[in-house]
Order: sequence, then structure tokens, then C-alpha cells
Amino acid sequence: MDDLLEILGAIFLFAGCSLTLIAAIGIFRTGDLISRQHIATKPQVLSLIFNLTGAALLVRDSTMSWTMLLVIAFQLITSPISAHMLFRAAYRTGTARANDLVVDELREDLHVNPAAVDNGRDKR
Amino acid sequence: MSKASEAIRIATQRPGRFPHASLGTLMWLTIVWVLLWGEVTPGNILSGFGLALLITTIAPFPTVRFDGRFRPKALAWLLMRFVYDLVVSAWQQAFFILQRKKPRGAIIRVHLRSESDAYLAMTAGMSAVVPGSVPVEADAASGTLYIHVFDIGIAGGVSNAHQSILDLEERILRAFASRDELMQAGFVPGWSRASGRLPVPYAPAYEPPRRTDDLACWDLRSDALHLRLPGAVARQRRPQYARSDGRRGRHDLDRSGITRPAGCDDSPLGSAGSVRRGLGGRLPRIGCDVACGPAG
Repeated sequence: MDDLLEILGAIFLFAGCSLTLIAAIGIFRTGDLISRQHIATKPQVLSLIFNLTGAALLVRDSTMSWTMLLVIAFQLITSPISAHMLFRAAYRTGTARANDLVVDELREDLHVNPAAVDNGRDKR
Repeated sequence: MSKASEAIRIATQRPGRFPHASLGTLMWLTIVWVLLWGEVTPGNILSGFGLALLITTIAPFPTVRFDGRFRPKALAWLLMRFVYDLVVSAWQQAFFILQRKKPRGAIIRVHLRSESDAYLAMTAGMSAVVPGSVPVEADAASGTLYIHVFDIGIAGGVSNAHQSILDLEERILRAFASRDELMQAGFVPGWSRASGRLPVPYAPAYEPPRRTDDLACWDLRSDALHLRLPGAVARQRRPQYARSDGRRGRHDLDRSGITRPAGCDDSPLGSAGSVRRGLGGRLPRIGCDVACGPAG
């Protein structure tokens, strides 16, 4: 039983670390904030879950497991919010490259009155 | 005290008896405290509960109307799909990164079907794990979410991305919404998607997002830009047949404070509705054609 848990834990740790590596590569490769934020939200969250699950399976200590569960829960709650806030700020300040978007329906809606919402996006 | 903090205080205060938060909130804070200490002892539980009371008194949150009841089977399905989506979206993105492709992003507009801010917030939060999407902007007045899609290719096209958000909302509604709320959103009450939707006069079929040609109205009140996004569509008003007590739903209280001009009949069955169908089936909007006159 212990062997099985050790192997499972190792697999989880390996998967988690690979995802972390891939997420790091992705952040290095993609240039703009929006894509980076996507990468920091999804593969990174899953890699954290995998890593903590692996650690919990290897350590097998109830206090640590509960704490890890809490960390995962807070990560799931906060990461969409942080992603959203960064996105919104980036979009509104024009840091996000609006021209790279294939479809941009928010811009359509905001640009009804360009004078009121022009945050310098068109001046670059 | 500054004006802003005074406004926040007034907005969040809950007059009345002492525990200013619901029992659910207090229990959640207590559980978090106990988990942080890592062991369940009477001392931990008591101090956690005391802290929860203190926190909710000092820093209260505005409340959202949500009674905390749910359908167990629908909630289980919602959570299963959530975990599945999380794994799928992470791996999809990982493979995408390894292929060295350039992401083709998009921001899409999704009109949610429910009326409640609670479900809007839940959908926005959970949509961050629907494969490849993150909410950019939410307009509570019209129930609109603006979702950034990481790559249209992964999402399977704009319409698929759009549909996946609506499906997510349906799962959330079927898990948490009351019978009345489900029917107002146009769903046959039940825990699974198989229950289907109400027939068309009660639940207008999905109508594609409005294009830019009917934006003329908004010149009238471009100063309202901070309250609501100019292009956003007014919430679909649905027949009030579901209420047994004779009162009407909250969407009659238009929170933007803009009165509807006479003749601006929002009913899908009304005369204006049929005209709008002819114009490409757009959703009815506050301050519609009557108020604007010819487009400039």
C-alpha cells in the first residue's frame, strides 16, 4: 500500500513539475500580457494541484494535507479574480494588443463613443 | 472619513441584529481557521468562530440574494465537469505552448440567461477554467460577460466558445437556481440538461450577438458609460407567469435608472418584438428605436 502511494505521489509530482516547466516556457515564448495571464491561470493552477497532491501522498500527514487542500481551494478562488483584474487593467490601459485579437466585441461596444473611452489604444 | 469610504460603509452595512453575516459565511470562515491550524480542537473552533464574528462585523460584504440551497445531482455534475475542464484546459494549453504556435485570441460577448448577480459572478469565476477563457469584463446591468478566448482554434471557433459559456451557466443554474429562476431563464426545471428548455414564446431561442449597426441610441447618454457599457443589450424580459404571488421579478426595477420610453414594448410577443425579429432577431433593449429616431 505504501509503495503504491509512493508511486502515485511520484507520478503526480512529475506531472506537476512538467506542467510548471511548460508554463514557464509558455510565459517566456508569448509576448503579450493577455496570453501570459492565460498561461499563469490554467497550466499553473493544475500544476500546483498536482504538486500538492503528490506531496500529500508522499508525506501522508493529515495536518499538511488539510493545509494543502486549503491552498488549492484558495488558488481556485483567487486565480480567476487576479486574472480578470489584470486583464481588465491591461485592456483599459491599452497594454493588451487589441490588434492581435481576431474578434473583439468589447471594443465594438466600448467604441460607440471613442472620445469617452479612448485610452490611447489608437495612438500607437 | 472620506466620501468613498463612507459610501462603502453605507452600501455594506446591514442594520438589525448582531451576527451581520449568514451562518454559511460564519461556518466557512471557522472551517478555514481550523484548517489553517490543521487540527480540530474545541479551542480552535471557538476562536475561529469568534474571529469569524469579528471579521464579518468589522469588514462586512455586500450581500447577494442567494439562499444556499442546491440540487445535489446537478452540483455533483457541475463539480465533475469543473475538474474535467480544468485538466483539459491545462493540457490543451500545454500542448499549444509546445507547438510554438501564435495564439489567435478573441474577446466575445456572452449574454447570460439568468437575472441574478450571484450566478453572473459564479459564471464569471468558473469560466476562467472553461478551456482557454478568462472573463475580461462583466456588465451586471445587462447580464453580459466579455470573455477573452486564448486561442480560437482550441476553443473550436467563436460560436463554440460562446456556447460553452452558456452551457456552464446552465450547469450552475441547474445546481443552484430556484425553480422560478430556472423558469425565468427559460429552462424546464430539473437537474440535468436533458430537461430541456421552455418552448419559444417563453424562452426565445438563442439569438446571435447584435452587430454594430444599431448602436445609434447611445449618443443620447454617453455620459452613462461608467454605469454600463454602451453596446450592452438590456436584459431579456420574460413573461411573469412563473410567480404565484402576483409580484413581478426584480428586473422590472431598472437599476440603471433609465426609464423606458412609451411604445418600447419589450415583450417578445409584442408588436415591437415582431419588428425587431424582422431586423435580424435582436434582443430588445432599453431605450429602443422609438427613443432614438433615425440612426445618425
